[in-house]
Amino acid sequence: MTQPLVAIEGLSAISTRDGGAPVLRDVSLTLEKGEVRGLVGESGAGKSTIAKALLGILPSTVKVTGGFIRFEGRDLLAMPRRELSDIMGRDITLIPQDPQTALNPARRIEAQLTDGLRLKLGMGKGQAHERALQLLDEVQIRNPKRVLAAYPHELSGGMRQRILIASAFALNPKLVVADEPTTALDVTVQKEILRLIRRMQEAHGTAVIFVTHDLGVVAKICDRVTLLYAGKVIEDGATADMLTQPKHIYTSALIAAGPRYDRPNAGLEPVPEAVFRQLRAEIGIAERRV
Amino acid sequence: MTASDLLNRLFMAVLTLLGVAVIVFCLLRIVPGDPIAMMISPSATPADIAALRAHYGLDLGLPQQFGIWFMDVLKGNFGTSISQRRDVMELIGERLPATLELAFAALVFGVLAGGVIATLGTLARRTALDPALDFINGLFLAVPDFVWALALVLLLGVFWPVFPLSGRIDPTLSTYFHTDFYLIESLVTLKFAAFGDLIAHMIMPMLALGLPLAAIVVRTLKEALAEAMVQDYVLLARLKGMSPLRLVLQEALRNAVGPTLTLTGVQFTFMIGGTVIVERIFSYPGLGNMAIDAVINRDLPLIQGIVLTFGAIFILVNILVDLIAGWLNPRGAAHG
Ligand SMILES: Nc1ncnc2c1ncn2[C@@H]1O[C@H](COP(=O)(O)OP(=O)(O)OP(=O)(O)O)[C@@H](O)[C@H]1O
Ligand SMILES: [Mg+2]
Repeated sequence: MTQPLVAIEGLSAISTRDGGAPVLRDVSLTLEKGEVRGLVGESGAGKSTIAKALLGILPSTVKVTGGFIRFEGRDLLAMPRRELSDIMGRDITLIPQDPQTALNPARRIEAQLTDGLRLKLGMGKGQAHERALQLLDEVQIRNPKRVLAAYPHELSGGMRQRILIASAFALNPKLVVADEPTTALDVTVQKEILRLIRRMQEAHGTAVIFVTHDLGVVAKICDRVTLLYAGKVIEDGATADMLTQPKHIYTSALIAAGPRYDRPNAGLEPVPEAVFRQLRAEIGIAERRV
Repeated sequence: MTASDLLNRLFMAVLTLLGVAVIVFCLLRIVPGDPIAMMISPSATPADIAALRAHYGLDLGLPQQFGIWFMDVLKGNFGTSISQRRDVMELIGERLPATLELAFAALVFGVLAGGVIATLGTLARRTALDPALDFINGLFLAVPDFVWALALVLLLGVFWPVFPLSGRIDPTLSTYFHTDFYLIESLVTLKFAAFGDLIAHMIMPMLALGLPLAAIVVRTLKEALAEAMVQDYVLLARLKGMSPLRLVLQEALRNAVGPTLTLTGVQFTFMIGGTVIVERIFSYPGLGNMAIDAVINRDLPLIQGIVLTFGAIFILVNILVDLIAGWLNPRGAAHG
């Protein structure tokens, strides 16, 4: 019996803020244990909405109008709050986009890194401290003692992102949702962080949902990719296949378009307007959404 | 704030006080009204008046008067009150503690009440309670301290007389105090009857001064909390299973408290100004009440002393607020 870790089935959602505009259109995807799945698409494609739905943190202005999200066979959308909060932060965790705003400026790193260990696993102070040191070592932070005692503003962006990664993997989760975890970082730091996420994921056997704009990042870290446009899945498949033999014209156009972090100066060919016209016709939207 | 920052601030404080001294001194000599005319008996001869004027130094030129007065001030000698014929410093020393106790009580009340309501409002956001609270708070924001004072006199003094209407302590209690900080002293020496009576006298003026502050704290803090509560670090802490109350108090509050703290400092200085009228309404024997008497009597030395005292308090409060802000914000007040 091979039940996927996550199965999203026909998920649809609308934005009540934008007058009921569709945000997700019949999205289906499955995620196996230990798999790294890229979610790609332009701004507003619905990547973060899927990520938030998985974490149970959809804004009140986004309404799910149909479909299921099954995690180990259990429907997350229909789950009582109690059970949901047991899963969130333990089995499903988040690596946020901006390490600048994801650490509390007024609390020391130790307090923030051990919150989950103490609240979810009931560890004592000393035990949590030891585990925190281990974790920082695991994400290759050299003087973990000093870092634990530091405030976020004393650390670099890359260092903070390492801490957030340590925090996301601290409880050996089954799924880590990473919503553009490198976009706020320098290109050189980006590479290190990508490698680190991959290494942590392999070491812990964790599945990762990796949200990004960047096909170069996808090529580097993802086993499989789901490409979205306007809340609709356009193409879905193994990374290598999709990048070398794209099935959809939008995919090929995107591959040609770049930019990619590993080839920042590659020729930029904007996605032709004709491709968007075809996409909109397929999905059935009259106006280009702004 | 570094040591040199602090020195800088203290230097500026001294300059500011000097400025206040000059302005007060000049203003009071420009406004009409002769203090001597108010203290003499109708039968006084012109010679008597001239002698009195000479006694108080009022026959000298303005710069000379200022020079003499300022040298005295530096020595801690604020002169003699014309209306009460007593040392100004002594008079202020007697009255200031009453005002400080009242102002601090109102400050503590305003900040605590405002803080608790802002926290509850933040916990109740996205419920019907939230807009209701904002509406009521909007009304409270519009009511100034003296209106509260009059309303309280009517409500808790006249219609439903639960609290004494005036004064600081029941004179029939005949408690002897070693200091003028009655409230603190009675608490420390465990004189609970006196303490209770002092509190009962203080409640109405404290509410009048503290309610406007509470309303301002509610609005500022709630706004800042709402902003902090949508930050990623709060989201992460929520995912890790932190309770809603801890999310507000531990995650959001410390990052949200900055604007409230600064504003509270400003409001506190306004509140000290507010004690003048509120103390008058409740016949509370503080510095503010004495200030009104001093003005009515054109008691120049006393007015100068009181204004300088108020000025010193304003400046001290501002320095204190900066210090607390720097301590609360580990990035340092300069960058926060
Ligand atoms: N808080 C919200 N309330 C209502 N609608 C929202 C909200 N946030 C986003 N949306 C809408 O949902 C749609 C998808 O947004 P989403 O954030 O999922 O896009 P995204 O693919 O993550 O884009 P980006 O690359 O810019 O992060 C957008 O059309 C947006 O207008
Ligand atoms: Mg997004």
